[in-house]
Amino acid sequence: MSKLLNNIFFQSIFLMSLLLVVGIFIPNWLVFVITKAIAYGLVGLGIITLMRGGLVSFGQGFVFGIGGYTAGLLGTQAGLTDAILLLFISFLFTGLVGLIIAPLLARYRDIFFAMLSLAFSMVLYGILIKIDAIGGSDGFVLPESTYFGIKPSPEYADYILYVVSIIMTGFVSIAIKYYYDSTPGLIALAVRENELRVEYLGSSAFNVTVLNFTIAAGLGGMGGALNGIALGHIDPEFTYWTTSGEFVFISILAGYLSVPAVFLAALLLELVRSFSGRYFPDTWQLILGVFLILSIIFIPSGVGSFFKNFFDKLKNK
Amino acid sequence: MSNNDDLLRAENINKSFGAVVAAKDINVGIKKGERVSLIGSNGAGKTTFMNMVTGYLKPDTGSIFLKNENITSLNPRVITQKGISRSFQIPQIFEPMSTWENLLVALGTSQKNHSYFKNARSKENADYIDEMLSRFSLNEFAHRQVSELPGGVRKLLDIAMALVRKPDILLLDEPTSGVGAEEKYPLMDTIAKALSAEDLTVIFVEHDMDIVQNYSERVIAFYQGEIIADDNCEKVLKDKNVQEYVTGKTQIKAK
Repeated sequence: MSKLLNNIFFQSIFLMSLLLVVGIFIPNWLVFVITKAIAYGLVGLGIITLMRGGLVSFGQGFVFGIGGYTAGLLGTQAGLTDAILLLFISFLFTGLVGLIIAPLLARYRDIFFAMLSLAFSMVLYGILIKIDAIGGSDGFVLPESTYFGIKPSPEYADYILYVVSIIMTGFVSIAIKYYYDSTPGLIALAVRENELRVEYLGSSAFNVTVLNFTIAAGLGGMGGALNGIALGHIDPEFTYWTTSGEFVFISILAGYLSVPAVFLAALLLELVRSFSGRYFPDTWQLILGVFLILSIIFIPSGVGSFFKNFFDKLKNK
Repeated sequence: MSNNDDLLRAENINKSFGAVVAAKDINVGIKKGERVSLIGSNGAGKTTFMNMVTGYLKPDTGSIFLKNENITSLNPRVITQKGISRSFQIPQIFEPMSTWENLLVALGTSQKNHSYFKNARSKENADYIDEMLSRFSLNEFAHRQVSELPGGVRKLLDIAMALVRKPDILLLDEPTSGVGAEEKYPLMDTIAKALSAEDLTVIFVEHDMDIVQNYSERVIAFYQGEIIADDNCEKVLKDKNVQEYVTGKTQIKAK
C-alpha cells in the first residue's frame, strides 16, 4: 500500500480525480480562476525546469503569446476549434520555436540569458501590436471551443475546459516529474551547481539548457493556448514584460523542488489578483509585491520545499 | 620521449601567456598502466600541461595524441568521453547534493542513451554507486551533504567521480593539497587501493616528494615550462637540476 502511495502516477491520478470532483461543486468563477491558474502554472513549470538548470527566463511571455496566437489563429483562420487539439498543437509548435531559438539563448547565462529572453518577448510584442490583420493592440476573439466535435452548452463550457486542462496538465506534469527524476533531469541539477564539472564528467551543459528551454517553451505555449481559450480572447498583452514577470513570481513562490507547488503558487497569484482587483483595484500590485517579499523572506526555497518535505517523510515511513 | 606505442603523447607543445612561457617544446609519451607524477615549483607548467591534455587550454603549437588520435583541438567534454578524466586541486563537486547523489550524477554522465522517463536511482545504478563508495571508503558519508564533508573526503569524492566513467587515463591535480600531514598517507593509500582495481594510467601533480616517491613509478620534472628530467623516481629525485630547481636538495626518505 505504501508503495502505491509513493507512486507518482497514483498520486497524480488521485489528485486529478479529486480536482475533477471538486470542480463540480465549486462556483463557476472559481472554476475559471483555477483554469487560468493552470495556464499560468504551465508556464511556471517551464520556468522551474529552467531554474533547475540554473537559469531564469524573464521573457516567457514570448512562448505564452505564441501559444495563445497559435490557438487563436488556428481557430479563426483554419476553423480548428477542438480545444484538446489546439492545446496539443500549441505545445508542439511552441516547443519547436523554442528548439530553434534555444541554441542562441543557451550560449548565455545569468542576467544575460534572462534579458535576452525578455528581448525576444518584447520584439514579439512590438510586432503583434503593429499587425492590424490580427487585431493589433486589441487582439481578437477566439471561436468557441469544441471537444471531439461537440460544442458544450455555455453553462458547462467552463467546467469542460477545466476538466480538459486538469487531465492534460496532469499527464504533462507526470511526464515532467519523470524527467526531473531521470538521469538527464539529475544532470540538469548538476549544471546548476557546477557547469565546468559537468563538462569534465563528459556531459554537455549546453545540450541540457537547450532541452530545458525547449520543454519550457512547449509548456509556455500550452499555457498560452489554454489561457486564450479560457478567456476567449488573445491580445499582445500575453507577451508583455509584466506578464512575464507574473510567471517569474509564480516560479519564485513555488521554488524548483516540486511540480504541484507551481500550480499552487499560480492559484495563489490568481486569487490574490482576483480579490485584490475587486477590493483594492488600484493597489493590487502593491499587495502582490508585499506577498512576494514575505514569501522570499520566509520561504526562500518556495512552497515546493513544504511539498518535498511532506513526500520525503511519506517515503521514509 | 614519445613514440606511437604511447597511450598519451605530447609532441612539440608550446604555450605562452604573454611573456610567461608555460610550456616549451614539451615532448612526452606515457604508456598504458604507468603511474606518473608531475613535479615542479609553482608556475613550472605542470597544471598548464594537465589543462592542455584535458582540453581546457589549447597549445600555441604542437599536438596531443590519445591512442594515436589527435585530441589537441577537442573540448574537455569530448576528451573526457574519449578516455581522459581528471580530478581538481579544489574538488569540483556538487555542493548541495549528497556524496551518493554526486556519484549518481557522475554515473549518469558516463551512460549513453539516457531514458528521460527512467528513474536515475535505479537498483542497477545504486549497486554500482555502493560499490564505488566501498572502494573509496566513503560509505559513512554516503548520505551527507558534501558541503559538510572534511577536505580529504571531498578529495576522495572528486577522484571517485572522475573514475566512475572508467577512463583510460586519470589525471589527479594535487590530490593531497589542503589535506593535513597526518591524513596524506591514509588518503593516498585509499586512492591507490581504489585505483588498483582498474587497468588505469594515472598522472598526478604533487608537491610532496615523499608521496611522489611512494606512489609513482615515473617522475616528470618541470621548470619554467620545460621538462628538465623524466625517468624513474630514484633517478629524477637525484638529478642535480631537479634538486636545484624543484626539491631544493631535500633528502627524500621512503615511507
